[in-house]
Amino acid sequence: MTTFKNRLASVVLAAAMGTGATVALAQEGPIKVGVLHSLSGTMAISETALKDTVEMLIQKQNAEGGLLGRQLEAVVVDPASNWPLFAEKARELLAQEKVDVIFGNWTSVSRKSVLPVVEELNGLLFYPVQYEGEESSENVFYTGAAPNQQAIPAVDYLMNSIGVERWVLAGTDYVYPRTTNKILETYLMDQGVAKEDIMINYTPFGHSDWQNIVSDIKRFGSAGKKTAVVSTINGDANVPFYRELGNQGISSTDIPVVAFSVGEQELSGIDTGPLVGHLAAWNYFMSVDTDANYDFIDQWIEYTGDEEAVTNDPMEAHYIGFNMWVEAVRKAETTDVDAVKDAIIGVTVPNLTGGYAAMMPNHHITKPVLIGEIQDNGQFAIVWQTPSTVAGDAWSDFLPGSRDLIADWRAPMSCGNFNVKEGKCGASAGEQAKAAAE
Amino acid sequence: MSIPRLLTMLLFVLLMAPVGTAMAQQDDGSGEKLLEQLADASPASTEEALQAIAASGHERARAWLEAYGNNRLSRVKDTGEIVIVLNNRGRDWTVADAVTGENLGEMSRRDLDRIAINNAVRRQLAGVLAMLDLYAEDPEVREEAARDLMGKVDEAVLDPLIGRLDEEPVAAVRNRLEQAVAIYRVEQEGSIEAVDVLAGSLHPRARAALNSAVASENPALKAAAQKALLSVEQKLKMNRAAETLYFGLSLGSVLVLAAIGLAITFGVMGVINMAHGELIMLGAYTTWGMQQLLPGQPGLALILSIPAGFLVAALAGIAIERSVIQFLKGRPLETLLATFGVSLILQQLVRTVISPLNRTVVTPEWMSGSLVINDALSLTLNRMYVLGFALLVFAGLMLIMRRTRLGLEVRAVTQNRAMARSMGIKATRVDIMTFALGSGVAGLAGVALSQLTNVGPNLGQNYIIDSFMVVVFGGVGNLWGTLVAGLTLGTINQLLEPWAGAVLAKIIVLVFIILFIQKRPRGLFPQKGRAAEG
Repeated sequence: MTTFKNRLASVVLAAAMGTGATVALAQEGPIKVGVLHSLSGTMAISETALKDTVEMLIQKQNAEGGLLGRQLEAVVVDPASNWPLFAEKARELLAQEKVDVIFGNWTSVSRKSVLPVVEELNGLLFYPVQYEGEESSENVFYTGAAPNQQAIPAVDYLMNSIGVERWVLAGTDYVYPRTTNKILETYLMDQGVAKEDIMINYTPFGHSDWQNIVSDIKRFGSAGKKTAVVSTINGDANVPFYRELGNQGISSTDIPVVAFSVGEQELSGIDTGPLVGHLAAWNYFMSVDTDANYDFIDQWIEYTGDEEAVTNDPMEAHYIGFNMWVEAVRKAETTDVDAVKDAIIGVTVPNLTGGYAAMMPNHHITKPVLIGEIQDNGQFAIVWQTPSTVAGDAWSDFLPGSRDLIADWRAPMSCGNFNVKEGKCGASAGEQAKAAAE
Repeated sequence: MSIPRLLTMLLFVLLMAPVGTAMAQQDDGSGEKLLEQLADASPASTEEALQAIAASGHERARAWLEAYGNNRLSRVKDTGEIVIVLNNRGRDWTVADAVTGENLGEMSRRDLDRIAINNAVRRQLAGVLAMLDLYAEDPEVREEAARDLMGKVDEAVLDPLIGRLDEEPVAAVRNRLEQAVAIYRVEQEGSIEAVDVLAGSLHPRARAALNSAVASENPALKAAAQKALLSVEQKLKMNRAAETLYFGLSLGSVLVLAAIGLAITFGVMGVINMAHGELIMLGAYTTWGMQQLLPGQPGLALILSIPAGFLVAALAGIAIERSVIQFLKGRPLETLLATFGVSLILQQLVRTVISPLNRTVVTPEWMSGSLVINDALSLTLNRMYVLGFALLVFAGLMLIMRRTRLGLEVRAVTQNRAMARSMGIKATRVDIMTFALGSGVAGLAGVALSQLTNVGPNLGQNYIIDSFMVVVFGGVGNLWGTLVAGLTLGTINQLLEPWAGAVLAKIIVLVFIILFIQKRPRGLFPQKGRAAEG
């Protein structure tokens, strides 16, 4: 009875105070930062480190006096690697917790699940993982690589520096590898590679019997032309794949494998012996030789208390995304979503590889592209990098449907998929994701 | 071509080796100068620097080249001194002076500048090292080196190679070198005699050379090459078939291993144990634990994990039987649900206690690589061991079931529990022993699987469906059925995979089993007689 009375009293009180008063009240409390990363289930392996990264960045920001004179507070939820739960948790963060910004998601399918919610409730989401592109939402900032910031430069490197003429595109059977391989196939054919010099192969999640596929690759690679494997194989299926390559005697100098989903975190759980010399393309490696990076690593090891802790590309993306958001809030002098959204375009912050990352009008950022060779200590030795940073392209030029689309969130266009041929703006990313789900 | 130039240089050096070494010892500054040259080299002049090192005949030249190839050659930022990194784990690395090899202790990663190498340079290095190996004591090393040289021979290196050919005492190595030379002769000179040398070779490079000869204008050469190719293609087809069969048996042996424990608990006892996969996982984690206890001895640890994995899984099996299954006798649905719960508990336990991340299980030296039958057929060793292990486990189980008192009692209890009890058999004890045996065998499967797949909390989940599939297909309660079913399904899968793809092959196999079970609900080898009624 008393609780009911209390609740009634507080409702009456709140109503009496009116909206102006509540805003003033909220301004004095901490700034809430939502963290939407799986802490259990299959994705916990990758996402737990990202949650810790955001918490570390918040702790550091608070130690430096917070933001706009207020402290930051992390609101952590666990969507448990369950895609529909991601949407529910995002709603909880935005509607109940009233967070000012969300850092979260790993898989594309979880992002698609969250999109309609973030657009409906006008939230801010920073997405830190490399993805297949073909999307630009008003409320999402993509701090991971688009295909033109990872896949295409990697293929260019193989083609020009190693002289590869025959291509195996191997991937796990889901949306990111399929889209990326479609883009790469078109790109390779545009470059004059014949259709019979491209072999495409898909395997299920967690595939462990690679004998036949590796033997096929070996045969495909023995035609006298230099062959390489472009791998979008996901997660731990890579380990038996590389092991089989090693056992069948395919070395990285014969048929190099360049992977887009194998990073330091993934390597930390496996015996890297059979992988040495194979390649990976990212926008950051833990082995990058800059003071900013060494400081970040020291900070991370101190924060986790684990001398063996590794850093990886999506962590750097959160580092950049967080600093960009802080800059934008400072610039806008408020955490109001619409103001921050406008202020953040053009914001430039240092990255960890010795350059700068700028937020582009299409909500993607500029990144350098690095190619690294796997070493026996689970780290990458950088063998090549783009001379300057590359701006992320939301809509690939190598897919028929997306060639004519551009994204520009500055007024007056303010559109994520403007068709330059037809001169009109399509449905928002959230609406499209919703339609695709139904 | 740059590789051959390097090779000739090296050959020259090798001939002059004694003199070179003497010179290097006299002049102490030379090593530093050579390394400086390499460290300062631009991409264009790297090759020159490598040549200089190869030509120097310095006693540590090979150590430098290897360190360079392994990304271990670094420069101290402040002093410019060149060092070889001995241990590159963590933030502080152990380094040694490159010139003298003297250990300099630990140094911060921040203070070191790696001397970069790329793949093109690494290929040159591989050629150089192969050429060095051609002079090794061990004929196997020489043969491997000669194999590496196939397709890499060029004008500059031809004469020295022929010279080496005459000196080579071992026929196999000579044969390889002859083929390496013949590839050059066919491609560059259109030699018909060289085509005959390549006629028997299954090496892909030899085939590529023959293919190029087929396209030539010279009719005699063309005919000879076509004839040679025909026999090569025939042999390749045979090898391909043998390879697919091996793949099938190997996948089949994995299925048999995973399922055979279940064939006992589910097949013989009739307990639907959804936690079977987690028992496999425990076996795999035991291997990991053993390797942690015996660092540096992965092989010994692996062998010791065979009894240890059996014990751990058997004890876990007993715990499950005593705490859950014994109370649910004769209630299959409840058993299924309860053991499913147990499987989730075990998974989460491993996640919480050990780590949600996969653990590294090292493959011992003697299990990696492959057994080379010929250039087109090589059998991977780890899978061969697993195949043998699966057959051994099967034979062992058959022995226990057929030849021991326990086996007799198990069969008696499963056929007629009440009758067996009245004959003085302690049915409860037999239940425990049987379940422990089935679980222990699952643990053995885990030990073997740790060499093929990832050791992580989800390991068991990946095999539980397959295990049930094999047992049901083979005929519940029949060990022979499990063996035949596992090997058959593995082979069918591998036969389908090349043209259907991995995803579709799995689906087709499943559909096949569904249809088969419709037709013969009791599997390949149905139980006959009274046991079939129970």
